[in-house]
Amino acid sequence: MAREGSPVLRVEHLTMRFGGLVAVDDLSFEVQSGAITALIGPNGAGKTTVFNCITGFYKPTEGRIALRRGAPAVWSALEGLTDSGKRGLVRPDGALFLLERMPDYLVAQQARVARTFQNIRLFSGMTVLENLLVAQHNPLMLASGYTLLGILGFPSYASAERAALDKARSWLDRFGLIDRADDPAGELPYGAQRRLEVARAMCTDPVLLCLDEPAAGLNPRESAELNEILLRICDECDISILLIEHDMSVVMNISDHIVVLDYGVKIAGGAPDEVRNDAKVIAAYLGVADEEVAQVEASVGL
Amino acid sequence: MAVLANSASEGGRAEKPILSREPNRFAAALREAAFTGLVSFGLFLPLIGFETVTNIRDELILRTRWPLLAAFVFIAAGGRFFYSFALAPWLARRAQKPVKPAAAWRGHFKKWFVPFAIGFVIAYPVIVILVTGWGGALKWIDNFGIQILIYMMLGWGLNIVVGLAGLLDLGYVAFYAVGAYSYALLAKNFGLSFWVLLPLAGILSSFWGILLGFPVLRLRGDYLAIVTLAFGEIIRLIIINWTALTNGYAGIISIPRPSFFGIPFNANDNGFAARFGLEFSPLYRVIFLYYIILALGLLTCFVTVRLRRLPVGRAWEALREDQIACRSLGINTTNTKLTAFAMGAMFAGFAGSFFAAREAFISPESFTFIESATVLSIVVLGGMGSQIGVAIAAIVMIGGTEILRQLNFLKEIFGATFDPTQYRMLLFGLALVLIMIWRPRGLIATREPSVFLKKRKAISVDLVQEGRG
Ligand SMILES: Nc1ncnc2c1ncn2[C@@H]1O[C@H](COP(=O)(O)OP(=O)(O)OP(=O)(O)O)[C@@H](O)[C@H]1O
Ligand SMILES: [Mg+2]
Repeated sequence: MAREGSPVLRVEHLTMRFGGLVAVDDLSFEVQSGAITALIGPNGAGKTTVFNCITGFYKPTEGRIALRRGAPAVWSALEGLTDSGKRGLVRPDGALFLLERMPDYLVAQQARVARTFQNIRLFSGMTVLENLLVAQHNPLMLASGYTLLGILGFPSYASAERAALDKARSWLDRFGLIDRADDPAGELPYGAQRRLEVARAMCTDPVLLCLDEPAAGLNPRESAELNEILLRICDECDISILLIEHDMSVVMNISDHIVVLDYGVKIAGGAPDEVRNDAKVIAAYLGVADEEVAQVEASVGL
Repeated sequence: MAVLANSASEGGRAEKPILSREPNRFAAALREAAFTGLVSFGLFLPLIGFETVTNIRDELILRTRWPLLAAFVFIAAGGRFFYSFALAPWLARRAQKPVKPAAAWRGHFKKWFVPFAIGFVIAYPVIVILVTGWGGALKWIDNFGIQILIYMMLGWGLNIVVGLAGLLDLGYVAFYAVGAYSYALLAKNFGLSFWVLLPLAGILSSFWGILLGFPVLRLRGDYLAIVTLAFGEIIRLIIINWTALTNGYAGIISIPRPSFFGIPFNANDNGFAARFGLEFSPLYRVIFLYYIILALGLLTCFVTVRLRRLPVGRAWEALREDQIACRSLGINTTNTKLTAFAMGAMFAGFAGSFFAAREAFISPESFTFIESATVLSIVVLGGMGSQIGVAIAAIVMIGGTEILRQLNFLKEIFGATFDPTQYRMLLFGLALVLIMIWRPRGLIATREPSVFLKKRKAISVDLVQEGRG
């Protein structure tokens, strides 16, 4: 299932400290384009913190987070961009952004990184459809001439809104939410809310989709459905996915590459098969010291 | 027969416990009434029981009003008794009954209400003149019509900030004051006309809105509320103390009034009445002012309704729902909040310049915190974010307090010294308490979605966030 490609995201020496606590410690990994990369680790390992650093919600204490759009050749400009002190550069063949320098809304707007949250954050008092239109705020804002043309009722805005509605409808179709389009998001069942959050993120036309435990709280059937959708959008839409997941079956089934964190430190990285048999990973998940792993493995029959 | 017997025996069985419970309920209600009487006695003793009056030698003397106090306590205790003994059980029984589906007339009502209401407010001066005659119309158009419309417009303006964007603004009156003083000063010093200054006052107000917004909008919730409250006071204090510009407490007098396409409303030969061959009457100006504020109010409402369907309006509501989610979708929350603030301030500026033009006199007294509180309670009572709710609340709150001025028959009951307007604030507070108990989220407790695919379904406000700044 391996999808090839060059990296879209490069995280290098990422460190995040909260006072004395080192939540992420010198973490480096890459997200390959068109692939699904999973970030796993025990509770409190620092996974959500990594997401918050990538999406600009936290300013990392140290490290570089670079995102590419377009041709892989733009990577050659990385060092120059870093030295220039700018946030990003746009070339005819592609663009490069240093996410640690950008505020959260620009990471979404310019670098096109979309995310979901571990505890679902929907606009619960707005309808499902409205949620998806809010996600298309920036292009619609432009089409409405920063509200001026829109308020005067210019036709250009009307057609842009129609296009936005079509896009919303197509995503609702894919996520099986079309029948609930006019219901308030807060009234949806839990599983549907999770799917809606992913659909909303997809409406921003991302190049990188970061999903924080998308399968948490889903039953096995819902979880399997979600996996299928994720695999499909990864293939169909030119997009890369970075996901945090606790459910090992999900991780092993759909991801191309796995990064394992424990206490903020990367303890393993690679294809699912390599990670599965890594002694350190097993130790971290079973909560024992490295030396005792063989013993424990034997006792649980691995 | 069997059924009858059955029901009879059932009734017989049910009879007993009720009978045995009856004195119990009576006693409980009596107890509650006594307690309420005690509390209201303590509360009303200083407020109603004593009164200070100036006697003929200009001395302040204390007088007691025991009968009036007794009447108040009796009303409170009696009301509580009625509620506990009769109303509460009745409400409980009613709540158990299944809810009937909405009748068909409701749909028609909803469809025709807005056109009917707009038609009514347009025809209002004519109706008033037909009903009360030429002499009595002034009061009804000026005190009721214009006064209510000013607050309705302010309510709609603040609704953008509080109801849609979820930013609690306790200093809204500041922008109203900026609008009023902009008009007054520019009109007096530069002789510019109302129609030039109206947009200018709006622009100046929204400029102040942005200026305040920049440092303040990174605060959230209670902090934002406190800072806006302070801003309202600061503007008032500047107006009071910058006497060289604003003439301080004395205020600005003889502010030019708007003219009808250059024709002034006065008794001169070139005045409105003389030009059109009519007998002079102050009513013409009042009617003209009524239509100006009506047009401004409708403009505010229309713009707000449209904005809600535009991306910026949806972003405001999304901001109220969840700011972090907004940021993750690439929405610049600071700018979005600023636009809401500036928009609300602009409408307050329009209303302020109209206010100055109507009164022809403004002073800092007109821009105290109580104005902000009144407008905010109109928004909250109406149901945050609801245009119709705000309109109804403005009519009830402002119309209600104006009506109190008219209730002269109360003097016959409570004696000639009884002044109903003194109880304005009491009733105002009472209305707020009652509505907050009865409908904690305001009169209109549904949100209309801004867009729909198949069917527009109203959303219960229980799901809608109130916003934390
Ligand atoms: N804003 C913050 N301030 C202080 N400490 C924080 C902050 N955010 C996270 N932490 C700490 O950083 C560590 C990593 O937290 P994080 O939420 O990233 O873990 P996680 O891997 O996502 O865990 P989980 O699987 O439970 O979601 C925790 O010890 C947490 O308490
Ligand atoms: Mg987490």
